Amino acid sequence: MSSIYRTLTGGTLRDIALACLAVWFIGLSYGAIATASGFPLWVPAAQSVLVLAGASEFLFIGIVAAGGNPIAAALAGLLVNARHLPYGLALPDVTGRGWRRLLGSHVMNDESVVFALAQEDLPRKRAAYWACGLGVLLCWPAGAILGALIGRAIGNTDAFGLDAMFPAVILALIMPALRDRVTVRAALAGAAIALATTPFLPAGLPVLLALAGVACTLSRRATR
Amino acid sequence: MKDTALVLAGLLTLSAGTFAFRFSGPVLRQRVAFPPWAERLLEAAAVVLLAALVVTTALTKGHGFAGLARPAGVLVGGGLAWRKAPFLAVVLAAAAITAVLRLLGVP
Repeated sequence: MSSIYRTLTGGTLRDIALACLAVWFIGLSYGAIATASGFPLWVPAAQSVLVLAGASEFLFIGIVAAGGNPIAAALAGLLVNARHLPYGLALPDVTGRGWRRLLGSHVMNDESVVFALAQEDLPRKRAAYWACGLGVLLCWPAGAILGALIGRAIGNTDAFGLDAMFPAVILALIMPALRDRVTVRAALAGAAIALATTPFLPAGLPVLLALAGVACTLSRRATR
Repeated sequence: MKDTALVLAGLLTLSAGTFAFRFSGPVLRQRVAFPPWAERLLEAAAVVLLAALVVTTALTKGHGFAGLARPAGVLVGGGLAWRKAPFLAVVLAAAAITAVLRLLGVP
């Protein structure tokens, strides 16, 4: 992975490190919530490594802690994670081929995808994707396990505004793409659909429905 | 906690299914030759998904409104990003504004 350091500028690496630090903080609160809800350490520890997708893990823990069936909780989590399929379609070949694709696919998450999209050429997209993906693969479980161990000592992480970090990270990184007028229209339409349907639909589905916003780019192209 | 075996089964179902989603995208992309306009469309689709994720995680909690502090912080961060402020400033400003608003009693 030494090529990552040669390909990426110091600024991008620093940004990736910050995003990973934010992931670590959220992991802390995830581990703490899991043990506070009555789960043994192995549940957040195994989920953080094997699932490696924060929102779905929070949802799984929440549903099971409230008395829900774990299989139903897993299906709800899968609905939240379905967005990874269009992510993989959107990226050029960043995951690698053969056995590398197994790990390369597993480290696909919101942060690694958005860092890859923000880079200009394929070598940089690939380097940013792997640097962020591997960083999250280390930081998310590390945060979750530490959070589970120290549990209630963490207190309320909302007081530090940590919940605002995830949307801010993603927003900052899609900002260059949003300077394109057709893309921003599609993004706004999609966001409006997601927001309007959130009160009524199960978690994950509103974000998938936002894909209908892409139709805005189609009609523009047709009229051009 | 409920039955350990059942929780483990749920955990493994979620892990395997999530991996299947992650793995099939790149495989499909490699098998099918997309024309350039379709590639642009797919990239726009990823931006639309991410934008929807920003708006829903900034404004909602569960099925309801998240309160004012979080969206206000994200909005300030977004304004800084629009003006091409450094990434560090954007992320820390979002967290700081949200934290200060909560300190002042804003939900």
